[in-house]
Amino acid sequence: MNALRRSLRLVFETAQNALGRIFPDAWNPLLNLGALGFFFYWVVTVSGIYVYAFFDTGAAQAFGSVETMTNEQWFHAGLMRSLHRYASDGLVVVMLLHLLREFANDRYRGARSFSWLTGVPVLVLVYVAGITGYWLVWDKLAQYVAIVTSEWLDKAGIFGQPIARNFLSPEHLSDRFFTLMVFMHIAVPLIALLILWVHLQRITKPRINPPRGLAVGTLLSLLVLSLVWPATSQGPADLLEVPADIGLDWFYLPLYPLFETLPGPVTWGSSIALLVMFLAIPWLPPMRRASPARVDLVNCNGCARCFADCPYSAITMVARSDGRPFEREAQVNASLCVACGICAGACPTATPFRRATPLHPGIDLPDLPLAAIRERLHAASARLTERPRIIVFGCGNGVPLSGLDSPGVGVVQLACSGHLPPSFIDYVLSRDLAEGVVLTGCAENDCHNRFGISWTEQRIAGERDPYLRQRVPRERLRTLWAGTLGRHRLEALLETFAAELSRLPSLAEERARRRRELAEAGDD
Amino acid sequence: MTDLLRYVGQAVFYAVVVLGIGYFSQRPIYEHIPPDKAQILLSFSHGGARVEACRRLSAEEIARLPPGQRRPNTCSRRRLPIRVQLVLDETVIFDQVLEPGGLAGDSPAHAYEKFLVPTGRHRLLVRLEDRGRTDRFAYESELVVDLRPRQNLPIDFKADKGGFIFYL
Repeated sequence: MNALRRSLRLVFETAQNALGRIFPDAWNPLLNLGALGFFFYWVVTVSGIYVYAFFDTGAAQAFGSVETMTNEQWFHAGLMRSLHRYASDGLVVVMLLHLLREFANDRYRGARSFSWLTGVPVLVLVYVAGITGYWLVWDKLAQYVAIVTSEWLDKAGIFGQPIARNFLSPEHLSDRFFTLMVFMHIAVPLIALLILWVHLQRITKPRINPPRGLAVGTLLSLLVLSLVWPATSQGPADLLEVPADIGLDWFYLPLYPLFETLPGPVTWGSSIALLVMFLAIPWLPPMRRASPARVDLVNCNGCARCFADCPYSAITMVARSDGRPFEREAQVNASLCVACGICAGACPTATPFRRATPLHPGIDLPDLPLAAIRERLHAASARLTERPRIIVFGCGNGVPLSGLDSPGVGVVQLACSGHLPPSFIDYVLSRDLAEGVVLTGCAENDCHNRFGISWTEQRIAGERDPYLRQRVPRERLRTLWAGTLGRHRLEALLETFAAELSRLPSLAEERARRRRELAEAGDD
Repeated sequence: MTDLLRYVGQAVFYAVVVLGIGYFSQRPIYEHIPPDKAQILLSFSHGGARVEACRRLSAEEIARLPPGQRRPNTCSRRRLPIRVQLVLDETVIFDQVLEPGGLAGDSPAHAYEKFLVPTGRHRLLVRLEDRGRTDRFAYESELVVDLRPRQNLPIDFKADKGGFIFYL
């Protein structure tokens, strides 16, 4: 499982990097798969409502009305029909890529299993919606889809009279069945939308809209495709003739030739096994569950910064329980916590400067407490023998850091880039532990823990609490968000950064200059 | 990379993606049935005769029933299996005994069978026995038909309409 995940991740990151060369970071389609899924859903919905206004339900009328749209009203209803078709295909593509990518990036287990579990029914419902849609056109493809689907359902052996008998001859065909299909084609996507809402419940600030540029590009390309290569029907359905050569939609119907030819126990057995496997994937070995963040009430003043920064809604602010003179306290829901440490990075009490008392912030990770990070920092700094000394703080999901240590470079691993309180950077430079600091992690816009990179950058820029103090010389700080394929970029950055640091005055000289400036300002 | 090249790259990416979507949404063509074949589709729902004929209840038996359930006759629910046979040009291509549906065996038996046959002139004979006899068939129909390439010939059975129905 690990090897499969790693291989897939390599494929995705390579493609992501390639697309990163032509798209701005925020527009990278592979970093917006979920949002693109929603976008396609809305295009399908709007175009579907439009097409429905011109569609005649009924076995005898359906095909004719769709043909009129395609041929006589091609510039509006026909265009919308094509958009409806191609956007629903696009939806399947981004949905499957989204699922694969979350698997590859190991974002489906533990607290995240909820999102995985609620995503699987959406996948099934989108397929049901698509298949019922093809049925409605009542052309030869619809005839094939209707017959194979109903024969497959009959193979389950749970229906009294074979459903497929509804398509035995023109006399057996009923408008009531069409009404049922129209109902399903509308109701199923609505149920899918409801489940999508549940799907997003355990994450904060979900991105459900792609960046405008990407949305415009996607819509324009779908429009061009619809105009150049409009979706067409495949001749009227005729139950006295077997549909012969069929233009299958391979996004929705790739298994239909198998469903048609294989025995019922095989198709039903493998379908159920596949569904169960998809649902069970989060619980398959190897299991991984880090200890959730823990609140230390002695140091928690109820400031709610951890609550604001948690990407998974795992923290709530509740009434104070220890009688101290604060209104609220943070409470961690262990089932939602992924132990990213972003909460510890946001805690104002998480300052490494505290030496008189132990470093116990208001919230911390039991498996990787900030006190341990400070100890590792000291140890890494002590090993540095070559100037300029550089400390690299990096997360375990981004640029690989193993073997990066050298006489001039010390590495301190974090749970996430957002796990690092900004005061640690100040601490490194003001305590002369190194001449420079590098923060590195996942690729831009692709933080494994959603907001680690954003919050870190905002903290450094002084836009989000806790701020990196103004006194920290920014020329001694570098960030690199490059993902697992970014090792070469990190090595190159370290080389140029070391050269730049060598040209700067020493930290002691800088501190002396700053003191002089402050003294002069005081005299004035 | 210059901005112009990036825009060109984006345009190429969008073009490749939508061409892929456009192509695979209707190609490659799937050949569902060979051009030299036709299909015979035999399907029906029909209940065989009851395993036991209805019997008139005696006055004592009626008296023993609860007042709200008293009736003159009692009928077993279970139905007999049905035997169906399809003969194509003197060759039996289907001969099966179909059990009644339902947990109590009281529902109609169902058939849904497809046969791919060569196109051209054929003599079709279809028979059904629903009364449990082994030496004869209660219903029998014959059809001589010239099957076109990819023609579908559905055969239904409705006892109230006299037996088998061929849809041509």
